[in-house]
Amino acid sequence: MIRLNKLTIGLALSLIFGAAALGIERLYPPPDFVETDHVMPTPTTPHPRQDIYEYIDVVVLFIALCVSSFLVLKMRSRRAIFVLMLFSLVYFGFIREGCVCPIGSTQNIVLSIFDKDYAVPLVVLAFFLLPLVFTLFFGRTFCAAVCPLGAVQDLVLLRPVKVPRWAESTLRLIAYIYLGAAVLFAATGSAFLICRYDPFVSIFRLTGSLNILVLGACFLLIGVFVGRPYCRFVCPYGVILRQLSRISKWRVTITPDECVHCKLCEDACPFGAIREPAVEWTAADYKKAKRRLALLIVLVPILMLAGGWMTSGIKHVTARMHERVRLAERIHAEEMGQFTDTTDASAAYRATGQPIQELYDEAENIRARFGVGGWIFGAFVGFVVGVKLIGLSVWRQRTDYEASRASCLACGRCYKYCPREHVRLEKLKETTGKI
Amino acid sequence: MPENKKPLDRRNFLKDGLRGGCLAAFGLVAGSAAHKNKKVDMVWQIDPYTCVACGNCATYCVLEESAVKAVQLYEICGYCDFCPGYLEPKAALDSGAENELCPTGAIIRKFIEEPYFEYDIDESLCIGCAKCVKGCAAFGNGSLFLQVRHDRCLNCNECAIAAACPSGAFRRVPADKPYLLKTADHA
Repeated sequence: MIRLNKLTIGLALSLIFGAAALGIERLYPPPDFVETDHVMPTPTTPHPRQDIYEYIDVVVLFIALCVSSFLVLKMRSRRAIFVLMLFSLVYFGFIREGCVCPIGSTQNIVLSIFDKDYAVPLVVLAFFLLPLVFTLFFGRTFCAAVCPLGAVQDLVLLRPVKVPRWAESTLRLIAYIYLGAAVLFAATGSAFLICRYDPFVSIFRLTGSLNILVLGACFLLIGVFVGRPYCRFVCPYGVILRQLSRISKWRVTITPDECVHCKLCEDACPFGAIREPAVEWTAADYKKAKRRLALLIVLVPILMLAGGWMTSGIKHVTARMHERVRLAERIHAEEMGQFTDTTDASAAYRATGQPIQELYDEAENIRARFGVGGWIFGAFVGFVVGVKLIGLSVWRQRTDYEASRASCLACGRCYKYCPREHVRLEKLKETTGKI
Repeated sequence: MPENKKPLDRRNFLKDGLRGGCLAAFGLVAGSAAHKNKKVDMVWQIDPYTCVACGNCATYCVLEESAVKAVQLYEICGYCDFCPGYLEPKAALDSGAENELCPTGAIIRKFIEEPYFEYDIDESLCIGCAKCVKGCAAFGNGSLFLQVRHDRCLNCNECAIAAACPSGAFRRVPADKPYLLKTADHA
């Protein structure tokens, strides 16, 4: 006996519309097995697999940060830092596949501040805060040997070229803008930009979208010549770490005790983080800089206002990152007769039966939030540009060759360039030899 | 580090203050987040009643083989002989491979008793294309639907399928109840 034939299919087809209207889910009654005592199976529901691993990750992160700080500040051994870096690359990168990472966790924190329904998982919170706290005390030891993104770039750095200071400083603006954009889009619940455009995630997972794979390959290719391009010019978390590193309690010093001005370390840093002793300005230079400084301080609020005005002005464009706004625009275009067909999304919305005006209102609401967010984002970028310009007009005392507090990635490459370091190692050898 | 020179004292004092301020701010963030946190982590899942079976799940997942698979809820299934999730609508009643809807042949048809057939999903073959889901929802009881399989899902921060989902069916659910199965008595 055939339970269903083509005729009944046709019947079912006509039935379906009636059934849908009535909200009846089941067209065919459930079977009652009379001949056999067949028992209906239930679908399997395998558990999420990350539970324990994530807590182990936090512990590993903490230990790695401790070890990294010790290796950078106390042991001063590039080789040991390199080994730890390899471990982090394998563990956080290839084994744990690059997620959770502190860089992306910034967005979860932002989303949890702005969206009262979203609670940030404690693991993600720990991933966000641990490197910040460590940086506050020990400098960027996270960047040195714990971050898998930094590690993969550090590995390919074979022929470092010097990036001019002005180019370095200008390119770094990208990172500030990226941070601002990531916060803006996370706060409005539109997208997690940092995760979406994480260039190395497909390398860690050995799968993923082709575009991202190409992006990652490009970064690594550039990284052969320009040391850690993502860390220096793009990384939004690095921007936060820079500021904390400025006020860190301990930090990387090129020399273990005193600088002898031998200039040997000048070319040691592939990341352009070594600052030479400051040259005294002439009285005329000083006077000029003073006038420029006054001008720039007035310029900062203007830059902030201009930035805010521009970014909030394009809220119709930025708001399109939000899928509800895209949907509202698509449905509006369909209503205006610009399209004769529908997309999956617009068809799905129409099928819910919600009034279209509701969607329009929601989209308008989101656009308004992008307007406010645009002001904050623009003001932030304006402020960063202003402060950068001010930095050019301020003379800072520096008597020795030093690692820049903000830019130093604590990789430990410069230690071996310092003759005083060799003296220290020699002494160390003697004392340990005697024991 | 010899930093205890006199003129630097004020600077160090300021830095200590700033550092303390930063720590306090971190504490504030941690405290407010922990306060909000209900100790339950969130994972991605598909609401089967919102899903439109568009097929994005098969292609957008960052995994080579999507973490989304079709699930059969047997208690809703009609155990039809001609299963609209199993065979092409235009096919003669012939369960030959050329008439199967599933592109990978992941649905296993098993005779139980006259006139009932049971349909199981072979998860190792299923790619989450939702062709069976569409057929079952249109002409059948809707017992086949897509679910994120958590033994495979990486739980990405920015789920690529969620970003591509046209109907907003993808959402975060508490990890202790990670599945949104259909229910037999859902109207």
